[in-house]
Parts: sequence; structure tokens; C-alpha cells
Amino acid sequence: MSKTKFDILRSTCVPLLYENVDTDQIIPARFLSATSREGFGENLFRDWRFSKSGAVNIDFILNNPEYSGSILVAGKNFGCGSSREHAVWAVFDYGFRAVVSSFFADIFKNNALNNGLLPVVIPEKDLGTLLSCVTKDPETIVTIDLHRQLLIAPAAQLSVSFEINPYKKECLLKGLDDIDYLLGIQNHIIDYELIKSK
Amino acid sequence: MEAKTLFDKIWDSHVVRHIDEGPDVIYIDRHYIHEVTSPQAFNGLNDRAIPVFRPEKTLATADHNIPTLNQDQEIKDELSRNQVRKLEENCSKYGIELFGIGHPNNGIVHVIGPELGKTLPGMTIVCGDSHTSTHGAFGTVAFGIGTSEVEMVLATQCIMQAKPAKMRITVNGKLQKGVTAKDVIMYIISMVSASGATGYFVEYAGSVIRSLSMEARMTICNMSIEMGARGGLIAPDEITYEYLKRVPSLAGIFPSSGFPEKWNDLKSDPDAIFDSELEFRGDLINPMITYGTNPGMGMAIDGTIPETDGAKQEGAASFLKSLDYMGFKPGMKLLGHPVDYVFVGSCTNGRIEDLRAFAEMVKGRKKASNITALIVPGSRMVEKQAIREGLTGILKEAGFELRQPGCSSCLAMNEDKIPPGKYAVSTSNRNFEGRQGPGSKTLLASPLTAAAAAITGKITDPRDFIN
Repeated sequence: MSKTKFDILRSTCVPLLYENVDTDQIIPARFLSATSREGFGENLFRDWRFSKSGAVNIDFILNNPEYSGSILVAGKNFGCGSSREHAVWAVFDYGFRAVVSSFFADIFKNNALNNGLLPVVIPEKDLGTLLSCVTKDPETIVTIDLHRQLLIAPAAQLSVSFEINPYKKECLLKGLDDIDYLLGIQNHIIDYELIKSK
Repeated sequence: MEAKTLFDKIWDSHVVRHIDEGPDVIYIDRHYIHEVTSPQAFNGLNDRAIPVFRPEKTLATADHNIPTLNQDQEIKDELSRNQVRKLEENCSKYGIELFGIGHPNNGIVHVIGPELGKTLPGMTIVCGDSHTSTHGAFGTVAFGIGTSEVEMVLATQCIMQAKPAKMRITVNGKLQKGVTAKDVIMYIISMVSASGATGYFVEYAGSVIRSLSMEARMTICNMSIEMGARGGLIAPDEITYEYLKRVPSLAGIFPSSGFPEKWNDLKSDPDAIFDSELEFRGDLINPMITYGTNPGMGMAIDGTIPETDGAKQEGAASFLKSLDYMGFKPGMKLLGHPVDYVFVGSCTNGRIEDLRAFAEMVKGRKKASNITALIVPGSRMVEKQAIREGLTGILKEAGFELRQPGCSSCLAMNEDKIPPGKYAVSTSNRNFEGRQGPGSKTLLASPLTAAAAAITGKITDPRDFIN
């Protein structure tokens, strides 16, 4: 079964100027009752986008029509908190294909990689420069090249390399699935069980 | 032979295969599942037309989405009812043992696992829930995973993970009266920060940790994720052995002749090297309370909210937004601040020792009239024991009611929501914005601090009630 591929993304960005954005903000618990993976984008950052009465919160960046794009740029420790993969589904379903930060919570990072959403880690200083540039000029174009592991933003004079595990990189480039791999080595798993039981 | 940490020993012995420049394929001994993070995983198995590889190593419960009153009646909320029903269908179809709503052993997944003797030293354990680290209290490598990984484990009993770095947190000394395991872990997180242990698997050590009961150790390990750690564990010892000997389903497995020989190696070698080592003094820990919107924003109960958390531009903006949400200001003290709700429960503090501590403090006293309390046992077994010990009588006399087990107000997926604008002193593990209900304001604390607030109606130092 193939999954979503990622190779080169060229887009404008949405800057989220907060640190420690947790998964309860990304997708509040009351929306986790679904039994399929679809439709979570509607409730992305629900309680920041809308007030309790359902009125649009015009101060929140996602409601500002000047900012759009498939790249989300966020303060450090994005995605901390719960292991809910629904957070990744919400970000992806809304239209983002990459999240750029200086630091990601482990579980969120893994979940993102398993769903074709690329977590891009760049140094804090460069993140600050990028956030500043994108906030000032919503038209700023950013290119994320997974092959060369580079984030390029000419307007911000940035060309930053980012780390990614080679195995995960290959999975994303080729749309490969971990489960297919594991099912393919089932004999090895059974061998392991036999050795352990002795 | 290279000196190894306990984490290394367990991880390395479970590697089925190492992928060059990639993750390890790790065999999972125990897979816990619940109704919220499993449906899409089962859908995946269905789409692939494959069975669950090792159903006997899998255990299911319904806990996150269920009501904590009238559990004998049909769940009112349609989506919740549907999700719980889906779990029942999937467990039946794939041959997985389900401790569902109404079952005598039903409860919060991280409470019932150890109760049923399903969590044992040396195991690798996963669950689609970030507080899976709780099981590390037994000397296991236990961590939370996402739904795609739940599907992976159901299909192959394996998971692919990069091996994290190792951190040891040592707490020596002696705890003051009124200071509990919850205060210890909240103190550690306040010092390390909500992201300070990201990328690490933590081992807790030191005389304070060694002195803790198994339930207290579970509280410590439970909140490892709140400082970003992959998981946390404590080496098994006599206390672990004594606990397991008394688990009904393990009767006869553990001989009374002494500490099992096979566990002798389940500890870090004396000269093992950790990537990071931190040390704290137990005597310096006070009852804790959070003032902000992440578990790292905590202080001593009689402390003063700091001016900033010491960071640059983005940090300062987030810090002030957090205080603004809570209705607090830098320089404020929280003692005496009015409280509206008290929640006792969750996988952090929903066990019998927690209920005992709460009951002991409220005994002979009365709930403050401005307080609405939700006292939720972590499982039916905890509930039954509370009744047997007369705790329900003590609670009732003081004006409290024991509800039925479930995750309840910890994440408020069910109707146990804290209303907007209300302050809740909560023995759970997260105080994110709106965690306990949109607009709700969470103050994390120990069962003793929660009891003190429940009696006075405001934030109170529990030591005031201890002789």
C-alpha cells in the first residue's frame, strides 16, 4: 500500500508565533470521537479559530486571508502533549504539507513522518529570521527540497539544511509503508519469537 | 563487556532487526489499546485483509470516551457510543480480550494493566496513548504511539523506532510531610521544562525514588512525557516484587522464596554511561501547583509566579499569553485564590493510595460550598477496594461522591467538562488551554493539595492540615 509522497514543495507560508503548541490546541479532545481519518481539517486549532459561540476569531492567523500556503512555520516544541495522530491528520487535511520549527515533540514528529507531513527542523536563529520575514511579507515563497534536505527562502536570504533520518527520507520520497516492510520480514519476527521462548 | 543501562538492556534484547541508517525493528511484548486511537488502525487491517498477528499479547479497554455515572445505561452521546461499539466489534472480530464498560476489571488502561499482572519487568510495552510511560514503573520500556503505529503493532507485533538517547534523573534525600510523588515529578518537570527531555528515555534513580510505592512510581513515570521524554523507567526491586506477588492473576507465578533471579540483571550497570544526568534533592521539594498552560509552568504552592520563563521574543509572547489565559500575572501568589472545581482521578493519580490520601485529609471535614468535585477511581477494582476500606463512607460524610471509572475530566472527552472560565485543581497530568473543557483553567496538583482546596474552596497548602 503506497502512502503520500513528498519531494519538493514550493509555497507561501503561515507563521504561527507561539511556542509549545500542544496537540490539545491542534485538535481538541472533543473531536477525537471519529472512527475514520477524514475531515479533521475542519477542527484544526478549533478553539483558536473560533470563539465559544462559534464566531470567527479575526485575530488568529489562520483567519487572516493575507496568509495562506501549504507550509506552517511555528515556534519551538510544536506538537507536544498527547500522542493523538489526529493532530497530524488535522494539519494535513487543512492543507499543510510541511511544518517548520526549531524543535518538534518526538511522538508528533513520528506521526507526521508516517503521514507524509514533513517536519523540518532548522536552527532557532534561522527560524526567527523566517518567522519575521513571512510575518512582514505574506507573499514570501519558501522551497523545501527533501532530496537535497534544504529549505530555501531567498527573500529572507536563507538556505538552510535540515536533518532527516535516511530511512524515513526514502519512505517519503517513494511513498513507502512501514507495515509493508514489516509484513515482508514476518519470518524474521517469528525466528525472534522462537529464540526468545527458549 | 560494555556497561549498559537498564534501558539499553531491554531495548537491545528486543531488536529484531536494525535498519542501516534507520530505525530499529523492536518486538513488542504487550500492546494495550483503547477506543479512541484504535478504530482507524483496525480499519487499516481490514483494508489489507490481514489478522491481528498476536491477539493474545493485546489487551483492550474503553476508558477515554465513556461516562463516569450510570455506566449500566446506554451511552447518550452518539459518537462516543459508536466509538465504544466499534472497539467491541473489532475485539470480537480479531480475538482480542476486552475489559469493556461494565466488566469487573474495566478502567483506565494504565491502571488496569498492572492490576491484571499484564505489565511485567523487562517488557516492551506500547499503547496509542502518551501516558503509556506509566508502565515504566515496573522496569519496562513503555511508550506512547500514534494510530499508524498501533496498526503496525496489531499487524506484526513490531514497531520501527529510532533508539532515543538516555537520561538519568536522580532524586536523593527525604521528602517532607505533605509532599508526594506527584509533587516530585511536577518539580522535576518545572526544572527541566516541557521540552527539556525530548529525544531522551529517562531512568529515575536515587533514595527518594527507591522509597516510593509502586503506585507512587507509576505517578512519576506517568508524567515523563510532560517534559518531552520518550518514556521513563525505574529498575525493579523488592517493592516491585512485593506488589506483583499480591496480584491475583499472578498467584503462584512468583515464588515467595525471593526476588526472581531473572530480574537480577534488570538494572543499570554501575559504570553505564548516560547521555545526560540530572540530580535533585528531595528535601527541597514542596507541594506543587501549576500556574500556566503547560506542565513545566509549575511552582511551590506558596511560590510567586515568575516574570518570564527566561526566553527570547517568541518565549515571552507565549508565556504572557499563557498567564493571560489563566487570568494570572507575574508576581502573583496563588495561595488563597478561589477554586471552582476539584478533580481527583486519571492515570496519574486515580489509584487506591490516591483515594486514601484524599479521604484521610477530608475525613471529619466538609467540602466547601463553592466547590464542585469529581472523584473518579481509576478502575472498578480501585472502586471496589475503596468501598471495602470504607473510603466511600468517609467521602460521603464529607460531601463527596465516588463516580465510576474512566479518564473523565483529565481530557474531558465525555460530559465531565469543566465549564469555561472555571478554575479546577486537578490531579491529572495536563493543564493545556481548554484541556478540561473549552475555556477551563487547570491547576495541576497532588491528591493532598486537591483535598485541601476541596475543603477550603481556595488554593491551600496541604501541610496546613498535616500534624
